[in-house]
Amino acid sequence: MLRFILTRVSLVIPTFLGITFLTFILIRLVPGDPIEVRVGERGIPPERLAQFRHELGLDQPLWQQFLDYVGNVLSGDFGVSLITRNSVFDEFVTLFPATLELAFCAMLFATLVGLPAGILAAVKRGSLFDHGVMGLSLTGYSMPIFWWGLLLILFFSVGLGWTPVSGRLDLLYYVEPATGFMLIDTLMAGEYGAFWSALHHLVLPTIVLGTVPLAVVARMTRSAMLEVLGEDYIRTARAKGLADRRVIGMHALRNALIPVVTVIGLQVGTLLGGAILTETIFSWPGVGKWLIESIGRRDYPALQGGVLLIATAVILVNLLVDVLYGVLNPRIRHAR
Amino acid sequence: MTTEISTPSQSPAAAPAPVTRPPHPLVEFWYHFKQNKGAMLGLVVIVAIALVALFAELLAPHDPNIQFREAILAPPVWYDAGTWRFILGTDDIGRDMLSRLMYGARLSMMIGLIVVTLSLAVGLGLGMIAGFFGGTTDVLVMRFMDILLSLPSLLLAVVVAAILGPGLTNAMLAVSVVVIPHYARLTRAAVLAEVNKDYVIASRVAGAGPLRLMLIVVLPNCLAPLIVQATLGFSTAILDAAALGFLGLGAQPPTPEWGTMLASSLQFLQRAPWVVTWPGVAILVTVLAFNLLGDGLRDALDPKLKR
Repeated sequence: MLRFILTRVSLVIPTFLGITFLTFILIRLVPGDPIEVRVGERGIPPERLAQFRHELGLDQPLWQQFLDYVGNVLSGDFGVSLITRNSVFDEFVTLFPATLELAFCAMLFATLVGLPAGILAAVKRGSLFDHGVMGLSLTGYSMPIFWWGLLLILFFSVGLGWTPVSGRLDLLYYVEPATGFMLIDTLMAGEYGAFWSALHHLVLPTIVLGTVPLAVVARMTRSAMLEVLGEDYIRTARAKGLADRRVIGMHALRNALIPVVTVIGLQVGTLLGGAILTETIFSWPGVGKWLIESIGRRDYPALQGGVLLIATAVILVNLLVDVLYGVLNPRIRHAR
Repeated sequence: MTTEISTPSQSPAAAPAPVTRPPHPLVEFWYHFKQNKGAMLGLVVIVAIALVALFAELLAPHDPNIQFREAILAPPVWYDAGTWRFILGTDDIGRDMLSRLMYGARLSMMIGLIVVTLSLAVGLGLGMIAGFFGGTTDVLVMRFMDILLSLPSLLLAVVVAAILGPGLTNAMLAVSVVVIPHYARLTRAAVLAEVNKDYVIASRVAGAGPLRLMLIVVLPNCLAPLIVQATLGFSTAILDAAALGFLGLGAQPPTPEWGTMLASSLQFLQRAPWVVTWPGVAILVTVLAFNLLGDGLRDALDPKLKR
């Protein structure tokens, strides 16, 4: 078991180094000298320019710069934002819980709706319900989610006034951030009104961000269930007179869940990518919106650090899913 | 032929078809494909959009960039104030929505075509090289692909577009880079499955060089999964390019790209919902059509699913 985990962890290290290299190189591709971009139109005396270069290590050979960068990253130094002068890591850590909370709710929504829909569609294969679920999930999969968000705002927020248009919490409330997760913080503070408000703010972004994963989960569940329902042990279970519900719920579902769990794990990357759009539409104060704003402000250190941190988060979640999967499924653990 | 010779007494008309030749692969493919109603619908929609894109000059009622100052935010024809002059209404500076959507179709089809061609070419090349040469080359290429895959695709596209600078060309480049790994992986897997088969070894022994082996011997037998992926790639390309346009990193106004059109009329969402509705509908319908077609192609081309 330990060996399995160690192998998986060691496989991640080259990927992480590769991502670090990629972000390092990408920022070098920005047209223009970083210092000249920073001083702008004013111009700067050559000796000051040389001094700046030296301070920032830009006079070193490229490989030296990269090693320095990796060293900094490993010690938690992801650079300093050009605009706010705050550490990129600190900014990221303050905003990340908002993104995480949203992504978690979206995944929960996708699973809670997608799983039953997929199971029912498989059980009633060929029925109107099946066609409906498959049609809807293909539509969801094709949905431009930025537009979907706007439609929902237009209908539920503007038209019916049921949900707020943007943000995380009503301006009426202030809750001291403890965990950064609004739902937990408000409950811990005992502010039930604020909790209710936070929940209201979450509804539309959750639906929007959860739409694509929902479609994927429903389709995957259906096809996994269809495959399992054709197996011999299902026929055996039916033949020995078990109730339909028990055959489907116990015998089929458990085995069908294996590929579904993998797919759910793989959706984490999609979710964090989709968060960029969702957060922009709903002014959700998370890392996605922050990243887009950094691009608009040409804050390249923030962009570089943010991308590296998000990529690291995705890699870590995938690693976690991988390990969990091995724990749940001995066949994977013992393969090679 | 042989049956005819052995039974010359029978008249050819009375003879029950003696030898049934297997149908041409294309005929067989079409037979399976035709039965998938969704895929047929997708195909019809795509052909229609392609025709609109091709003949936008003839079909569009107005120039997409002409501003009708007297008809700013004119509603579509079914509203009380709507007129047949602007069937789908006009935007915030009085440009005809329908005409802009039609020219937008041209852009989206072009984006799909260029992105798929570019990423397919590079991915195919990399996958072929990795699959054929194996060893260190394989490890290096596929590791790099894994790194690209570990980044969320939209995030990577956003970063590449931000660094290259906003614009349609750069957005297309960014989206192409993001999808290369999918083609590379598929090609490599297909090549690995084919490369040790007898017909490949035979042509190797016959003296075929590596290029001939790759492109003429092996490639045609790896095409099925790539065709499916390329079709689905159209929808990813159109969707991602529109998302970049929406974020201000893709095509710039006044280009009538659907995502850009959406972004530039956001503040009129309440007053004139049609300026936001139609570009989104156009994106959704196009992407959905390509996804339907891709699913149908997969079912028809995958021998495992054939009955």
